[in-house]
Amino acid sequence: MALTLDDVKRIAHLARIEVDPREAEAVLAQLTGIFQLIEQMRAVDTEGVEPMSHAQDLMLRLRPDAVTESDQHTLFQSIAPQTEADLYLVPKVIE
Amino acid sequence: MLNLTIKQLSAELAAKRVSSAEATGFFINRIKALNKKYNAFISVDEERSMAAARAADERIAGGRAGPLTGVPLAHKDIFCAKGWLTTCGSKILSNFVAPYDAHVIQRFNEAGAVVAGKTNMDEFAMGSSSESSYYGPVRNPWDTSAVPGGSSGGSAAAVAARLVPAATGTDTGGSIRQPAALSGVCGLKPTYGLVSRYGMIAFASSLDQGGPFARTAEDLALLLNAMAGFDARDSTSLEREPEDYTRDLAKSIKGLRIGLPAEFFADGVAPDVAKAVDGAIAQFKRLGCEAVEVELPNMKLSVPVYYVLAPAEASSNLARFDGVRYGYRAPEYSDLIDMYKKTRAQGFGAEVKRRILVGTYVLSHGYYDAYYIKAQKLRRLIAQDFVEAFRKCDLIVGPTSPTTAFKIGEKAGDPVQMYLSDIYTIAVNLAGLPGMSIPCGFGGGDHPVGLQIIGNYFGEARMLNAAHQYQQATDWHARMPQGIAG
Repeated sequence: MALTLDDVKRIAHLARIEVDPREAEAVLAQLTGIFQLIEQMRAVDTEGVEPMSHAQDLMLRLRPDAVTESDQHTLFQSIAPQTEADLYLVPKVIE
Repeated sequence: MLNLTIKQLSAELAAKRVSSAEATGFFINRIKALNKKYNAFISVDEERSMAAARAADERIAGGRAGPLTGVPLAHKDIFCAKGWLTTCGSKILSNFVAPYDAHVIQRFNEAGAVVAGKTNMDEFAMGSSSESSYYGPVRNPWDTSAVPGGSSGGSAAAVAARLVPAATGTDTGGSIRQPAALSGVCGLKPTYGLVSRYGMIAFASSLDQGGPFARTAEDLALLLNAMAGFDARDSTSLEREPEDYTRDLAKSIKGLRIGLPAEFFADGVAPDVAKAVDGAIAQFKRLGCEAVEVELPNMKLSVPVYYVLAPAEASSNLARFDGVRYGYRAPEYSDLIDMYKKTRAQGFGAEVKRRILVGTYVLSHGYYDAYYIKAQKLRRLIAQDFVEAFRKCDLIVGPTSPTTAFKIGEKAGDPVQMYLSDIYTIAVNLAGLPGMSIPCGFGGGDHPVGLQIIGNYFGEARMLNAAHQYQQATDWHARMPQGIAG
């Protein structure tokens, strides 16, 4: 399986990262090198092996359904790029 | 003061022969004088540190001191510390002042330790050389033309150059052990789940684990006593009885079975590293340990497996950096999507972007099974190898890194070569086991060599016991780089 420039553009869009067309070739070459390394995984048969998603077999804990956090929105919004009336501002998405 | 261990400094503070204000002032002055040379720190806040030192002195005077009260420590800039700039080595967080404390910082604050500064690192902990920081490369105190290792290279260099007596780091694929090895200090990655990840900026959540750097195994044990412990705010934090990691330090290691995996001593390891590691194994035998051959047949796949799983988790974790709630936002954009894309393109460095792209690809429709699930299956085989090996031995020993410190720039243009410098450490993260690195000699160019000690789950006390006994019989850990006098 070989990556193409179109793949790079598609992944970059999914990842919401702008890739300059002049850099795309270089990115493609580096990703191709990384995927050559990754392809070594094919050498081992993993038929029937249970995927391991985590280092410990954990059960998620339950806690009482009670408020534990205090309202700190002023503190948290003090480091935001743009706010107004306690809201985070982003470019308009609906006309 | 320069060469006091935490254990010794703590005794001086308790006996009131030295105050925390004096000790903290001494190390802050060293940082101010020498940081230009090593670039180990991103932030120093003398006023804040000195205020904490004076508070610690009051606590000592009031008879309420613990073993870390008044001790200055540096923290990797991945740990949120309230009121401190917390950048994770990235432009995208270059204006982020943390509004809360990480669990690790909170624990050290409760113990009365002083924050002496925040250390430089590979951007978002993605790297093995500490070159990818937005704040420039860290330099190795043993050879300033060489890297200190990474990603916690600032912490390792700070401890090696005696800019602080100890520091914290994080280890996702070797980011504590490898820089400890390359910088000639001690570093420990605990069993996954022992140290809370709350407030520790996430890279690959199923692998990330915080841990300490120091100059002796004994100091690592003291630091781990403060760092480890249950925290409900991390869903993977383990509920266990607290342990005293210093309890077994003085025990004899006669009869301890040291496992030597053939895979650690194959062609890939540099001759100077192999020689120093062989010397350490001979020393363990003189201390009464028994060498046992073990096998880790799937370990060779740990690098490709890691470079699927870690980027996959990173692509998800780093989606939060979007220029909306905190951090950098691009100055110009046409609409919301364009704002995200430009913010992330400008805010992230090249390696971080590469890993997000790899992670996005392996998780995308049609490739998920072939890459992500395949890697998770191999992860299980790698972890099972260790289970088998630990039936035959108590600890596994080998090199931490295949080479000593390489030159700045040497591997910067070749990501795959850089990835391979973690070939001996990554499998430990995949399995969730504890691992540490201690100095065991010097290789070419008088660069330090690190010995890796891997324990079974929750085997930290036994690892520290073996390391401490080794350090009672040798003095590699006490060697000091030239040119750090200031």
